[in-house]
Formats: sequence, C-alpha cells, structure tokens
Amino acid sequence: MVADAPDLGPGILHAVAVGERIKKRPTGRKKPSIIGDLVFFNVTRVFAALVLLMLGGIIVSLVYGAWPAIERFGIAFLVRSEWNPPAERFGALIPIYGTLVTSAIALLIAVPVSFGIALFLTELSPVWLRRPLGIAIELLAGIPSIVYGMWGLLVFTPIMSQYVQPIMTGVLGPIPIVGALFRGPPIGIGLLTAGIILGIMVIPFIASVMRDVFEVTPRLIKESAYGLGATTWEVVWRIVLPYTRVGVIGGIILGLGRALGETMAVTFLIGNNNVLDTITLYAPGNSITSALANEFAEAGEGVYNAALVELGLILFFITFVVLALSKFLLLRLGRQEGTTT
Amino acid sequence: MELRTRRRLTNRIALGLSLAAMSFGLFWLCWILYTVFHLGLSGLSLDLFTKMTPPPGSTGGLANAIVGSLILVGFATLIGTPIGILAGVYLAEYGQRTALGVATRFINDILLSAPSIVIGLFVYAAYVAPMGKFSAMAGIFALALIVIPVVVRTTENMLLLIPSSLREAAFALGAPKWIVVMRVTIRSAKAGVVTGVLLAIARISGETAPLLFTALSNQFWSLDLREPMANLPMTIFKFAMSPFGDWQTLAWAGVFLITMSVLALNVIARVFFREPTKS
Repeated sequence: MVADAPDLGPGILHAVAVGERIKKRPTGRKKPSIIGDLVFFNVTRVFAALVLLMLGGIIVSLVYGAWPAIERFGIAFLVRSEWNPPAERFGALIPIYGTLVTSAIALLIAVPVSFGIALFLTELSPVWLRRPLGIAIELLAGIPSIVYGMWGLLVFTPIMSQYVQPIMTGVLGPIPIVGALFRGPPIGIGLLTAGIILGIMVIPFIASVMRDVFEVTPRLIKESAYGLGATTWEVVWRIVLPYTRVGVIGGIILGLGRALGETMAVTFLIGNNNVLDTITLYAPGNSITSALANEFAEAGEGVYNAALVELGLILFFITFVVLALSKFLLLRLGRQEGTTT
Repeated sequence: MELRTRRRLTNRIALGLSLAAMSFGLFWLCWILYTVFHLGLSGLSLDLFTKMTPPPGSTGGLANAIVGSLILVGFATLIGTPIGILAGVYLAEYGQRTALGVATRFINDILLSAPSIVIGLFVYAAYVAPMGKFSAMAGIFALALIVIPVVVRTTENMLLLIPSSLREAAFALGAPKWIVVMRVTIRSAKAGVVTGVLLAIARISGETAPLLFTALSNQFWSLDLREPMANLPMTIFKFAMSPFGDWQTLAWAGVFLITMSVLALNVIARVFFREPTKS
C-alpha cells in the first residue's frame, strides 16, 4: 500500500514550511488559536452528518409519498398482481417478480464468469497484462446503462429473437419441468434478454471484488500449497476460495444489489407489460425500476403516484438490506485478515 | 499415475474455462464499443453541435441536449464535490472510531450502490412536488446526491494512505490540526481526490434514471434552471425508443458522445492518477 502512496517529497517540504511559518510568529501575539480547529472540525462533522441525513431524508420522503397507497392496500399490495391505474387498483407482484427473475438470471451468468475473470487476473495472466485487462473489465462498468439499453434493444434483441431463442427452445424446450421456461414466441424483448444484459452489466462489479479479495490471501499459504505439488486450480479451489469465502459472497451480493436497482437497461429490454400469465422467460414483463421509469412522470397526483412511490420504497428496502449484508460480509473478511496476519 | 493425469486434466479444463470467461467479458466490451463507434460515427456532423433537437421527420442536432448535459453535470459536480471532500476529511481525520464516523461510512457505502432511480424519487418528493414543476435545478440536486458518496469514499481512502509520520511532522512543528489537514494531508492526497471527482463526473454523465422525474427534458433551447432542461441521456432515451430513423441516428450519435466522454474520464482517472486503493 505504502509503495503506491503519492509522492511525498514536496509534501514533507511543505509540512516543514508551514511549521516554520507558524513558529516564526512573534510569541507575544495570540497562539495559533483553537478556534480554527474547532470551526474546521465542526464543519467537516456537519457534512458527514449530512450524508446520514440524506439516508434519513430518502426513507422519510418515500414513506410519506407512499403513505396513501400503504394505507389503502396494506400488505395485500405485495401479493396482488393487478395493476390497473384507471380503476385505481394496484398490486406489486408483477414488478417484484420481474425484478427478482431478471436479477436471478443476471447472477446465474455473472457469478461463474466473474469467478473465471478473477481467477485469470490473479493467477493466470502475465503480470504486465493484469492492469490493462483489469481496466478493460472495469470499463464495462463505466459504460452508462442507457448505452446497454439502446444497444440491447437495437442490436442484441434481434439476434435473440432470430437465433438464440429458437435454438434454446429446440435444445431446452423438450426437457420436462425446466423446458417450460424456454417455450413461447421468440419475440426478443422480455425477462430473459433483460436478465442477460443485466448479467453482463454486473460482471465487472463482482469480478473486481473477487479479484481484490483473492489478492488478500496470504502468499505464504498459497506457496505452501504449490510447494506440496498442488495445481493452480487446486490452490484456487481449496485454498484461496475457502479463505476468501466471506468476501466472495459479499461481492456476489453487491452485484445482486446492482442488478436489483438497475433501471435504464431493463426499461429498454423487459417489454413493460403488466400482465403475466405464463412462466416462460421469453414473456415481456415489468420490473420495479422499469415501472417507475415508464409511468411515474405521467402518474400525476393521487393513489397511482403513491403506489409507484411504494414500489420505490420496496426497492430501496430490498437493496438496502442486500447492500448492508454485502458490506457486513466484506468487513468481516477485512477483520479476519487483520487477525491472521 | 491415474490420479495425476486426472488432476492435471482438471487443472487444464479449469484454466481453459477461466480464459474463456475473460474472453467472454472482453467480447461484450468490444462488441458494444464496435457498435457505438460504427453507428455513432456515421451520425456525427457539425449539425450535431449547432442545431436543436428536431421534431420527428426533419433533420437537426443535439446542441441543446449537449449544453444542457454540460450544465447539469457541471453544477452537480460543483455542489457535490466540496460536500463530499469535507465529509471524507471528517471520516479520515476525525471519525475513524466515533459513532458518527462509523455510521456515516456504512451508510455512504450503501448510498454508493443504491439505485439511482430512488435518488430521483427522493428529489421529486423533496423538491419537484413542493415546487410544482420539473426543473433543471432538481436534476442538478439529484446528480449532486450521486456525486457525494463517490467523492466521500475516494477522499477518505486517499487521506488514509498518507503516512501519519507526515502529519506528525507538521504537528511537531506546531501546526494546528486544521492547517495540517488543509495544507499537508489534502495537498499530498490531491491526485487521488481529483481521481475521485473525475470518476464521479464519469458516473453522472451517463445517469438517466435520476433525471427522469427531475430535469425531465426539453425539446427547445433553454438555460433557465427553473425550467425543464434538455440533456443527452433523456434525449437518447426518447429517441432510441421511437420508431423514427432520424431520431435513432441522432440517438446513436448521442450514445457515441456520452460513451466516449465517460470512457475517456475513466481512463484518464485510472491511468494518469493511478488508483492506489487497488493495490
């Protein structure tokens, strides 16, 4: 860590210079007062507290905005599937289902791929290639989600409906129970396509956490295993992975948090359909985020608006729990590392 | 012998799959970038920067959207950066073990990954609804709220990398703490803090979700912060979803502009300022 710290040369000189100036003050005048210290401390403290207030503000404003809907529909809001603005009857089941299913597909794709990428970056890649490849994967995270959305809709969806989905139906369709997920008209946009693009979007997040935690495995343990004749794969599977298990799970959950809250790409690709009467993943659906993105600006005041805000509240609650869990697990890995070295 | 061959075979297969995973990741990056270049470059012209967004069926550019985006992102950075840096200073220099420090650090990390559409909802409820209309100001607030956690995180990380011997040297010479922080530690961590700000700008340049119900969009030229303002992400969203060819061409050009600036900011931030947290 220290090796990478910014250049200290001028800093040290500067520290000396500042000190000199302070020392040179005539002793008769008042000492460097503690007022400056007090003011500075309190100003920074207020801004730190502001971050906490932000969270409080988000929760309060969402609960306040959602209150008419909470009052009217109660707990039934979570399990009802009807979404009927003209009749003012709302249930969140379909958006919640869409959010969970697309995130699950995303994780099914992203977790193994991210593991492979982290393995490649920490054990296989030549040292000079590690940094550029790492940056390239992180650039995937840098591409704005609206670009994924537009690219997915105009480039990827036609390929899905013409080639991928018919082949999947042919190969996976006849399988008894699972097959039902892969039947139906191959229209391209829908839960499956949204989930795949979401998977690509969360790969960089999971991969970079996995890479970082793989790197905290003490060199000594790894070298001992290599010394006993273990293969690279055995070292990763039996030494690195058990050692970093908590952190790896933390990274996966972080990716889940990202996938749950992703908005634009999903809005482009999920099809925005509030009716869902089939189990196939080809069907267009709706997610919490896409329902908000499409309907909120036009909802106006009243129960419709409140129902949408309640969707936002549910989303915030789920992602909050998920992200807090991820943070907690990663902190635990950090502490474990602290005690063993 | 049997066991050894099997172990080696397993190893081969696993490492092969690892290589495949790496290629899988790079494959999507290249494919997306190729499309963006291919379709975006063909839409580039001088008109893009000089003409307004057109109604369907006629030609035009993205001038109002580009300027709008620059204004939104610029003001959001100006508001979010000082708040983020000061909060980060508190966390690194005063709040290592205080209750406020621990709580803020935890919440900040959650806000860092919180869905940006929820930030949009918050600003709608707290600002747009009371004011009674969508405005550029609301969009600026929403983006600033996204800048803050990014800057807090990097500022704290960078300040913690400064060795305490440097602080102690300044203290020993009689400097009060705030002078030490302002003139010694922040100055030494400057490159890192700037990196954080650049990454924050990159993050908000492409954000669409928080603008959906705050800045909205505007078909026309407007610099009034109290009115809805045109911006690139919302314009792309509207044009890409439309069936009109002209609009889609413009949307690809917009996507090209956004992607290039975001990637350039990312690369500059990572290559020139080197990210010490990753070591």
